[in-house]
Formats: sequence, structure tokens, C-alpha cells
Amino acid sequence: MRKDYYKNLYSLFYSPYSFKIMRTILFIIQKEFKQIFRNKGMLPIIFVLPLLQLVILSNAATFEVKNIKFSYIDSNHSMSSRALIEKFQASTYFNVLTDFPSEVLASSAMLKGEVDVVLNIPAHFERDLQKEKKAKLGITINAIDGAAAGVTNVYISQIIQSYNKNIQTDLMQFSDMQIRPVNIETIPLFWYNETLNYKTFMVPGILVLLVTMITLFLSGMNIVREKEIGTLEQINVTPIKKSQFIIGKLFPFWAIGMGLLTIGLILARLIFDVPMVGSVILMYSYTSIFILVILGMGLFISNFTDTQQQAMFIAWFFVVIFILMSGLFTPIESMPKWAQNITEFNPIKYFVEVMRMVMLKGSGFMDILPQLIKTLIYAIIMNGLAVWSYKKTT
Amino acid sequence: MRFPLPWEVNMNKNNVIQAEGLTKMFGDFTAVNAITFEVKKGEIFGFLGANGAGKTTAMKMLIGISTPTSGTAKVAGFDVFTQAEDIKRNIGYMSQKFALYDDLTVKENITFFGGIYGLSRVRIKEKTKELIADLGLEEVANQLVGSLPLGWKQKLSFSVALIHEPKIVFLDEPTGGVDPITRRQFWEMIYRASHQGTTIFVTTHYMDEAEYCDRVSIMVNGKIEALNTPKKLKEQFGVQSMNDVFLKLARG
Repeated sequence: MRKDYYKNLYSLFYSPYSFKIMRTILFIIQKEFKQIFRNKGMLPIIFVLPLLQLVILSNAATFEVKNIKFSYIDSNHSMSSRALIEKFQASTYFNVLTDFPSEVLASSAMLKGEVDVVLNIPAHFERDLQKEKKAKLGITINAIDGAAAGVTNVYISQIIQSYNKNIQTDLMQFSDMQIRPVNIETIPLFWYNETLNYKTFMVPGILVLLVTMITLFLSGMNIVREKEIGTLEQINVTPIKKSQFIIGKLFPFWAIGMGLLTIGLILARLIFDVPMVGSVILMYSYTSIFILVILGMGLFISNFTDTQQQAMFIAWFFVVIFILMSGLFTPIESMPKWAQNITEFNPIKYFVEVMRMVMLKGSGFMDILPQLIKTLIYAIIMNGLAVWSYKKTT
Repeated sequence: MRFPLPWEVNMNKNNVIQAEGLTKMFGDFTAVNAITFEVKKGEIFGFLGANGAGKTTAMKMLIGISTPTSGTAKVAGFDVFTQAEDIKRNIGYMSQKFALYDDLTVKENITFFGGIYGLSRVRIKEKTKELIADLGLEEVANQLVGSLPLGWKQKLSFSVALIHEPKIVFLDEPTGGVDPITRRQFWEMIYRASHQGTTIFVTTHYMDEAEYCDRVSIMVNGKIEALNTPKKLKEQFGVQSMNDVFLKLARG
């Protein structure tokens, strides 16, 4: 009995039949790799462009608002008003550009886009501040980009408040030492990214973008290309099994995706000094499943298109939606409820989450389990659809 | 002479292709209209017709990449509806469009197709050697197929279609755009394969090639209008050449 059991088990895995299936897949993989590495136009697209993107985007895609074009109208010309302007000059966020003599000139400069902020210091600023212990300031901010305007406003209030507090303490010392105001200061603690370095936050996300885009486009384009040149028909008249063909076709792109992740992680460490707090193995395990989702999607697209152009447009359509709704650039929490519900179906969202969690927070297997399960289900569905929709006979 | 009854036809082991009322419709358009014919083992069967007559569509049903709308057909003893994958194991196919990989070398193409037809590595090596020697491609064996002249490419695709030693090989306009010398050599290859027992199913627009076939069918608007040996067809239509037979039929 026992002997039979092992014999059966052995033949299940090592039967000439399963060996033959594996061998057929190997022939396809071999051919795909030859074609990929022989294509001199494609290689740089696969390996060089994504890394350029990583380096450029990680440096450029930042929400920090810097170099704000600051101008002012000083109708007061006092010690206090000059001290306030100096505060702005000292700040790294503001470029103090001009001093406008009148509001008319200031607003025309705003209209032309020469300045972003106009600070209007009224004539009785110093007097009001000293006598009534409060003064009014006029601030105009260019709010075409609402988010940037909001951030600018926060910076301005911070500067004015710190200036105002100084004045107050000065005044206090003058009047009465006994009633010193109690200053409540908040000392924020930033976890996982102590220095609030934007790149630390963006690099893992952009890495997701690269791995996704390249694998989706390559797999989406690949089978359509064989359709266009007529070789797919030649494959379809062979007794090859659908699953063999698809595994053989997708494996090379899976390997390329993993390769890209590796290069990306190394660059993230070397160039951007992004930490890898969590487990590398966990990161790779998750990515290996995630890429399956994307490859299934690419194959699904190529089954329903006849030309590479069509496939490219459809792939692009999905990539844009997925990326903009992934929480990569804009937080999902601030999306409307219906949009948040849609993001549940976005595999890239899970990848971005997992990447940031594992790399920056050091999350473990149990922490990313929900994302892992959802991604796995997605992978099974997408590849099921892909295999189902690939038809050898029409 | 009487027509054989269906069960008698099915019993006939000499028929490698057996089609009855085979029909393919695309919406309202009937591309192939109830064609009935059989091809005998070892035969060179010419499948003629004007452009758009439905030759390629008919062929695609026989090679198992297009499901017929109605009718029945057996190829190499297998049913086109239910056993398409078994058919594929027993046939070779060379399409109208050159369908080897331009970005692989001659050897790599042979290896790839040998591999997916399930030949062993050793067998692939032997076949590669044999095939390259037969075609006289030793000098270009390691060159990309894309760089070869069309005639060489066509001879190579024919050999690749035969790599797994199929019972039947389907050739869809194999000599289109090829020079007369290469065309001649190509037909020599077809004859050689035929002598080794392979059944040849070939479509062509060259009427001199039709003369080389054992039997010829002529399709007009999705129907087979004539089917016989070239000699008998000429007698039947009272003309001197296959060209005239074709013109008479195709013009209606």
C-alpha cells in the first residue's frame, strides 16, 4: 500500500507527462527571453527609463511648498513692520521679491503671476500693536492651486505667530514680571519618518508605479504583437496547452518585474537613503503575487485587442486611474466616500500600502495579511479571466 | 457510379480529411457554404478559388482554429468540433502570412517549434541538422530569419511545418510572391513530402501549380463548384488548361 502511495506520488510529479508540460513551458520562456534581450529598442525602455523616472520623480514629486514668491506693501515703515518682513526673509520657504508702493500695483503683479503672496501692513500697525496689543494684517494668496495655498497660509500664520509671541513676551517684561503668560507649546513627534523627508515617503510609492507600468505594458503588448505579426496563429495550430503558453509567456515578465523591484530597492537605498525597516523576503513575496495580478490584467487586455495601439490605450487608461486612486500622490482618506469604495478594487493601492508599511514601518506578515489576501484573490480572478478569454479556436 | 453512403465513407481508412456540409457564417454572410469533399491519404489536394472565395476560412476550420457553424468534418480521424487539439498534433500548417519569428535565428525557430510540438532535445538537434542541410541553409543557420529573402523563408516555414512529421500538411498560398525557380524547388519539396506519405492540402493562385496536384477543387462564393483530377476537369469543361477551367468557373 505504502509503496504504491509513493509510487503514485512520484509519478504525479515526475511522470513523462508533467515533464513534457514543463519542457514546453521552458521552450517558450527561452524564446521570450531571447526576443526581449535581442530587442535593442526595448531593453532601455525596460531597464533604463524606469530608473530615470525613479530618480527624477522622487526628487520632483514633492508636496513641500517652497520658493513662494512673496511681496509686501509696507505702509507703516516702522521698526515692527521691518522686523516682521525680516522674519519672512529669514524663512527658507519664502523668496521675498518686491516691495510694492500701492495695492493696485501689487494686485496687477499677482494677476501676471509674478507673485504668490502679498502681505499688506497697514499704516498704524506698530501703534495698534503696542497700544491695543493686536493689529491687523492683510494677506492675499494666489489660490489657483488650493492645496499649495493652504500650505502657504499655514507657513505665513506660523511666522506671524512666532513674531507676535516675541512681541508679547517683550511687552510682558515691561509691565509686570508676575503675570507671565503660560506658553503651551506642542512638540510633535514624527514616527517612521522622523525628519519628514518627502523622498522617504515617495520613493517606495514611485517604485510601485514603475514595477506596475512596465509589467503591464510589456505583457499587454506582447501577445497582441504576436497577433499582429501572425505568429499567434501559428502557435494556435500547435497542440500546445493554453496554460503552458500563458505561463511561458508571462514568466519572463514576472522575472523582469522582480528584477526591477530589486534594482529599485538598491537605488532607493543608495541614492535616497530610504530605509528598509521590514523584511525584504516579505516584500518580495508580496510583490511576486502582485505582479501576477498585473500580468493577468495585461494578458486579459491583449486578448480583447487586435493591435498594440489599442492595447496601449486601454492599459494606459487603467494605469492612470489606478495610480491616481492609489494613495500614491493624494491620500485616499481625503477622497469622497464613493471614490474610497472604488479604491478597494485597486490593486496598486494595496501595493503602495504594503510597500510603505514594510519599508518604512517594518510591518510584518500579520500586518499586511489583509492586503495580501485581497491581492491573491485579485490574482486568481485576473489570471482566471485571462486564461478563459484566450481562445485557440474562434 | 453511386455516391458512398455516410457510414461507408467513415469506414474508409484511406480518407484523411472528410468534410460534409461544412459551413461557416459570419453574421449573415456565409463564407463557406456547405462544402463536402474528402482527401485521400498521401494525396496532393489542390484547393483553388478566387480571392474571397472562402478557401482560407475553410482551411481554418479543418486545422481547428475556427469552429464551423454547421456540418461535420474529420481530419486525421478526429472531429473538428470536439477534438481540435488532437487534430493539431497530427497536422502541419503554413499560413499565407510568414509566421516564423523574424527576431530569432533559423536554428532558434526550428528549436522553438520542435520544442512546442514535443520533440526531444536530441531529436530537435538531429532535425535541425537534417533540415538545414536539405535546405542548404548552413551559411545562414545562425542568422536572424528576418534577414533572409522571402523564398528561403517560405522553404524554411514549410520544413518547420513538417518538423513533427504530421499526417497532413496544410499550405495556404505557399508560393505567393516567390520567384519561379524557388517555386519549382518548393514543389519538389512538396513532392518529396508526398512520397514519404504526407498528405498535402494546398491553396494556390498559380494554375500551373494546380496541374501538379492529384486532385483539384475549385471554390466559388463559398461553394465547391468542381472537384476532380486536373485532366478530368479539363475534359469536363472542354478546355486546354487549368487556367481556362478556373476562368470558366470563377466568372460563372
